[in-house]
Amino acid sequence: MKFSDQFETRFTEMLGHYPTPRSVLVPTLLYAQDEVGYLSDEVIGEIARRLSLTELDVRNVISYYSMLTTKPRGKYNVQVCTNIACLLRGGEELLEHCEKKLGVGHKGTTKDGLFSLEEVECIGACSWAPAVQVNYDFHENLTPEKMDGVLDDYRKKATQ
Amino acid sequence: MADLVSHPDEVRVVAKRFGMGATNIDRYLELDGYKAVQKALGMQPEAIINEVKNSGLRGRGGAGFNTGLKWSFVPKVSAKPKYILCNGDESEPGTCKDRLIFEHDPHAVIEGAMIAGLAVGAKSAYIYIRGEYRYLLEIMQKAIADAYAKGFAGKNIFGSGHDFDLYWHGGAGAYEVGEESALMESLEGKRGVPRIRPPFPAVVGLWGGPTVINNAETLASVPHILLGGAEWFAGLGTPKNGGTRLFCLSGHLNKPGVYELPMGYNLKKMIYDVGGGIPNGRKLKAVVPGGSSCPLLTADEIDLAMDFDTLMKAGSMLGSGGLVAVDDSTCMVKFALRIMKFYRHESCGWCIPCREGTDWLEKTLSRFHQGGGIKKDIDNIQYLSENMLGRTFCPLGDAAALPTISIVKKFRKEFEDHLEGKPCPFEKAGTVERLPVFA
Repeated sequence: MKFSDQFETRFTEMLGHYPTPRSVLVPTLLYAQDEVGYLSDEVIGEIARRLSLTELDVRNVISYYSMLTTKPRGKYNVQVCTNIACLLRGGEELLEHCEKKLGVGHKGTTKDGLFSLEEVECIGACSWAPAVQVNYDFHENLTPEKMDGVLDDYRKKATQ
Repeated sequence: MADLVSHPDEVRVVAKRFGMGATNIDRYLELDGYKAVQKALGMQPEAIINEVKNSGLRGRGGAGFNTGLKWSFVPKVSAKPKYILCNGDESEPGTCKDRLIFEHDPHAVIEGAMIAGLAVGAKSAYIYIRGEYRYLLEIMQKAIADAYAKGFAGKNIFGSGHDFDLYWHGGAGAYEVGEESALMESLEGKRGVPRIRPPFPAVVGLWGGPTVINNAETLASVPHILLGGAEWFAGLGTPKNGGTRLFCLSGHLNKPGVYELPMGYNLKKMIYDVGGGIPNGRKLKAVVPGGSSCPLLTADEIDLAMDFDTLMKAGSMLGSGGLVAVDDSTCMVKFALRIMKFYRHESCGWCIPCREGTDWLEKTLSRFHQGGGIKKDIDNIQYLSENMLGRTFCPLGDAAALPTISIVKKFRKEFEDHLEGKPCPFEKAGTVERLPVFA
């Protein structure tokens, strides 16, 4: 199992932050997922081994956190918030628009593997609702038309 | 990233450096940065605690506990190391203020954490930032590295002989981790399941050591208190509610945004003046005053001073400062359903009343909204909610129950309008109810 140098540097640095190695688990899982795309059996095994945990311990933690996934998803994960502040300003309509546009539902991935879609809980963009996060990037004050532009930009980015 | 707004009534304390490039440590120093911690280095720990206590600063995460008092619970002598833990897991629906603090003024959080450390005798602080805020975690990582490079953190800070270490920590998506004991579990690399209390974190916290857990806005307020004085800070707000607050205005408003207003600012004015009123010629129906866990207020209950005690007296809570305005085009059954869906998704499942309660309530509300409800269901929703109150280890159960009870009590007629197959009066005719799936 090979991670990037940046991952390894950060991992070593983080181990120095805490009195117990296990404390690095949650952020490490997310960083590993960012590199591999999802938490594969191999990734889980590797992280469990490094932290002297059982794979079950690691899976138990993964299942708690909503950003962590053991299934592959699209290159760009489109996360549409429909919680109250977004709901009032068109979050559900935006989600429906994305479903139509991408042809997939909640946690679905497009055939070309470019996009996956997810209905998510509050992402902390309430005053700029409705809002969407694509991977880690925020897109705010959206309308269906603006959303088309956002998706087109990612499509272009993928071909570059 | 996120747009900044302004209003003439704003009193900028925490937001003073927003938009001024203070993520850069040299710029932060020009703007009075790291002066407060140097002042604290010359003070006795008790004097720091008293200053914060007297300022009337209360926890900005939502519970509203006096910060200085919280610090004073930490034992002076401890065999295990003491810790400061900054709660930046901002996830309460309606709340987006800590995001701006991390984005514009990360060093204020660092400085506040250092001052807290000096006050309670802790030698290290962890700054926990929710996983979705990756760009903010990166800003914080750089801020911490810059503080070390300047000799403000690490060994012998500011040449004082004191050591103080700072660490960043990222989450991975969990509302419940915002609860202080779950936050510690998460930082220790576990599921964010709450701990039984007592013992309280001030005595037994991270890795068994005494731990002070403060919200990011709370910590960012501390340096200003030390520089401006407790009396000045207390005078900005109302009695026992010192200072200002970042209010996150969202929902049906003409000018949503994050505004810093004095504690005790009138809620009605906040909606109609600061927030620019209700768009599209609509009327206000309800207000979520401080994040989704607070009981809702109706449009005629909002002539109130926005401080912890007044809101409590009015039967609600000031919470996390997330104000959501709801207009008269909104179906309150659907609104209650959306809130419950959130809490059902976020419940960790540890306590049965919360795990089962949120699930039953979501199912009942969902059926109700689709016209499948019977009269008995209305009372059942209230009964189930009331039986969750106070019966869980952490307040997530209460957070789910409180808004639901208030909606059933205050908008009962809307529930009756949905009874026995009647179509939702607020949905466009012919639109099929979508049942979102959260796997």
